[in-house]
Parts: sequence; C-alpha cells; structure tokens
Amino acid sequence: MIRLQGVEKTYRTRRGDLVRALENITLDVAENEFVTLVGPSGCGKSTLLKLVAGLTPVSGGTVRVRDSLVRAPFPDVGIVFQHPVLLPWRTVLDNVLFSADMLGLDPQRYRTRALELLALSGLGGSETRLPRELSGGMQQRVAICRALLPDPSLLLMDEPFGALDAMTREEMGFELLRIWEARRKTILFVTHSIPEAILLADKVVVMTPGPGRLARVLAIDLPRPRTVELEFDTKFKAYSDEVRELIFAGRKARGNGR
Amino acid sequence: MAASLRRLSRYAVPAATLAGAVVLWELASRVLRIPKFVMPAPSEIAAEAWEWRYRFIEHSWVTLYETLGGFALSIVVAVPLATLIVYSPWMRRALYPLIVLLQAVPKIAVAPVLLLVIGYGETSKVIVAFLVAFFPIVVDTATGLAATPPELLELSRSYRASAFKTFVKVRFPMALPFFFSGLKVAITLAVIGAVVGEFIGSDRGLGYVILSATSYWKTELAFASMILLSLIAILLFGAVCLVERLVCPWLAPAAEE
Repeated sequence: MIRLQGVEKTYRTRRGDLVRALENITLDVAENEFVTLVGPSGCGKSTLLKLVAGLTPVSGGTVRVRDSLVRAPFPDVGIVFQHPVLLPWRTVLDNVLFSADMLGLDPQRYRTRALELLALSGLGGSETRLPRELSGGMQQRVAICRALLPDPSLLLMDEPFGALDAMTREEMGFELLRIWEARRKTILFVTHSIPEAILLADKVVVMTPGPGRLARVLAIDLPRPRTVELEFDTKFKAYSDEVRELIFAGRKARGNGR
Repeated sequence: MAASLRRLSRYAVPAATLAGAVVLWELASRVLRIPKFVMPAPSEIAAEAWEWRYRFIEHSWVTLYETLGGFALSIVVAVPLATLIVYSPWMRRALYPLIVLLQAVPKIAVAPVLLLVIGYGETSKVIVAFLVAFFPIVVDTATGLAATPPELLELSRSYRASAFKTFVKVRFPMALPFFFSGLKVAITLAVIGAVVGEFIGSDRGLGYVILSATSYWKTELAFASMILLSLIAILLFGAVCLVERLVCPWLAPAAEE
C-alpha cells in the first residue's frame, strides 16, 4: 500500500545550514499491516510520517500510496500526534466530529459513528465533557477517535502514547490493537519504546540517526491477539535484543567515527 | 459555612479597608483644616457630585462614547492587521516596523496636531482613543494567532481544509484568550485617550470638566470627575471580562468539587 523508494529529505535550519534528515529510505508497507518505526531521537521517524502524509515534500526519491505519487495531503489518512491537541472549547463529541467537519463532511451524519467510537474507547458517558475535564490518557483516546471517525485506511501515529504514564501506555496499546483487529487498516506507528514497537507490530522498522537511515526491517512472528504474557516469551526477548543491538551498534559506530 | 465565610472575607476585607481610608481622609481634612482647593474632604466631593448630577450624566455620556468609539475602531483595524501580519511574512516585514513606529510616537504629543487637523469635535477624541488602544490588540492577537499548535495546523492541512476554514474553526478561537487580554489593556487605554483628547481642546466630556474645574480652583469638582472617570474605566474593564467569560466559557476555572 505504501512504497518508499530512495527517499531523501534535507531541510534548511533557521541559520541556513542544510541538515540531512533522511537518507535513501526504501520501504514497502502492505495493506492492513501494522508497522512500527523505532529508533533514537533525531533519526527522522516523524519526518518520515510527514512525508507519507504529504505534509512536507521529499527532497529526493518517491513516496507512493496505492500507486499514486504523494505530493500533497490526500484524504483517507488519519493522524495522531504525541499530544492530543484537542480544541478546548469543543465537547468530547464535537472534538471527535472535528475531522468530519474539516473534511467538509456533514458532522450530523457521523454522530452515530462518533458515539460508537467513544463507547468502544471506554469514553461512553463523557460525550458532553470538555477536554480539560479529562485525563491525558482519555484526551488521547478522543484524539484517536477523531482520527478514526472518517474510517481512513491509513493511520499515521507519531508517538501517540509518548506523553502517557507507563501503565496507561500499555493499556492503550492493547486497546488500539483491539480496535485495529476489529477493523483492519494500515498503521504506521512511531515510538521510542522497543517493547511497544514489538508488541504492536507485524513489522518493526529500526532506524538510526545522523542522517536517518533504515538499519533493518524485522518481521515479527508472534501470535495475535497479542497479550501481556508475550513479553516473557523467548522470541519476544530475542526480537528486543536484536532491536537494541541495532540501535546500540549504530550509536557505537558513530562514536568511533569521531 | 466555611465557604460563605471565605466569600465574606473576600469582599468584606477590601470594602472595609476602602471605607476606613475614606473615613481617615474625612477626619484628616477636618482636623487639620486643609483648604478645599488643596485637598477637598470626601463629603465635599460627594456634595459637589450631587450638585452636578445631571450635568455629569451628559459629560460622562460624551466621554463614554468617545472611548467606545475609539475602542471599537481599534478592534476593527487591529484584528485584520494582526491576521495579515501572521499570515504573510511579507506583510509582517512591511507592517511591523510601521506599527512599532506609530506606537513609539507619544500620542499625547500627537493629540494637539490631530485636533488641529481633524477639528475639535468628538471625532478627534475617538481617533486619539483609537491610536492609544489599538497597539495591544494588534500585538496580542498576532501573538495568539501565531501560537496555534503546529499539530493542529498540520491536521487541518491533512484534511485539506481551506486556510479560511482553518482560521475560523481553529486559529481565531485558539487566539481568543490572547485577543481578550489585548482588549482588557486597550479598554483602559481608550479611556485615557478620550480624556487626553478632551484636555487638548473640547467643551464637553469629563476631561473638559476636570480642566475647567482646576482653572476655577474647584478642586472638589475635579475630584468628583476623576472618581467618575475611574468608575467608568472599571465598569468598562468589567464589561470586557464579562464578555470574555460569555464568549470563552471553557477558560473559566474548573468548578470546585
């Protein structure tokens, strides 16, 4: 569904220096695949998401979604950021309907679906509350419902659980999997957490910084639905060792190079 | 019980302090026999205000509509200007120095020239009030519009919403708290602007009353006008706060459990 070929991204800092954010990224993501991008800060994970969304142009190479070249934002995409960025004056329900509203769809026609999504995320009964009355985890659930409302076939998530505490984070991961298993879509999910990356994904893309490159793409062969117990599985342990090694090796190599 | 006591002390303590100060002032001017034209006693000010009650209504009305006229004009000019500055880097480079330059010129120094050019009617006072009031609205609104979280702008862009729709549904409402803090500064400045305009040359308004009262040594009348002017400023400030609370109910502090 997504095909990146030799993607490069350089941008200019405010001082005028050129920074290479991504170098020669080639990656294929199949329809309905759950792919996580993991790597240290500055490896261009978030930039990669923006390129796929068409929010910033590539400096070289091509990004294709469903065989069409991505040059600008296109519909059928949902985005979730690290911070929920809800509109403080809208109720929970109206925040979920925001995506339909901005897409130029009639929000009234999406009401039922919005209520269903909220109920599915355990927010039933909170429809008329304001964002500030919700915890961080609940706000992020609203942001996910907002992204899911138009039922996009591609979901881009940029460290969506990064600002949450460890317990909420784990809980939300399993919730996301449940929603995804009920209604499959392609997900690109950026994270800093190695266990999270493995637990959620069909495929883990390990990236290294300076400039951002793909270190390896690991296919995760673990049974679904995923459970907490998997973290004690020897296979899980082997995957996480492999990812850690790739990231650590990259760090070492750069250290020696200097 | 405890809550009502707390509320009582919140209003009662400042009210009692104010009343105490007034009583002390009255006693001091009687005991020390301070001449009326140097420092009139509160009772003398009150008597004079009562004497002037009908004329005061007329003069207050003039100052009030000069103030509100200047304030309204400053909103009408400042909001589009702030929008231009935020949306177009080119306009920002063109307009910002001009606006800052205009702000740097002491308006009190400009007022006589303005009156000379525009004339001695109410219009010139509206313009002076506008000139002093519009700067905080431009700066605060521009700051607010520029402070939209970038994620929200990216989200709007990914939904391919037009710039206008994003402005109406996201950017402007997000900037409202900044806009209102600009308005709160502007409304008190507008009162000052109107009075300064009246000082330079007019035959109506509270600024005129203060000026002519002092030239006749009627200090108690000047005091009465000043108090009235302060009351108007406080009421206008309160009105802006009220409108803010009505327009942005989500900013009110969360209800106490």
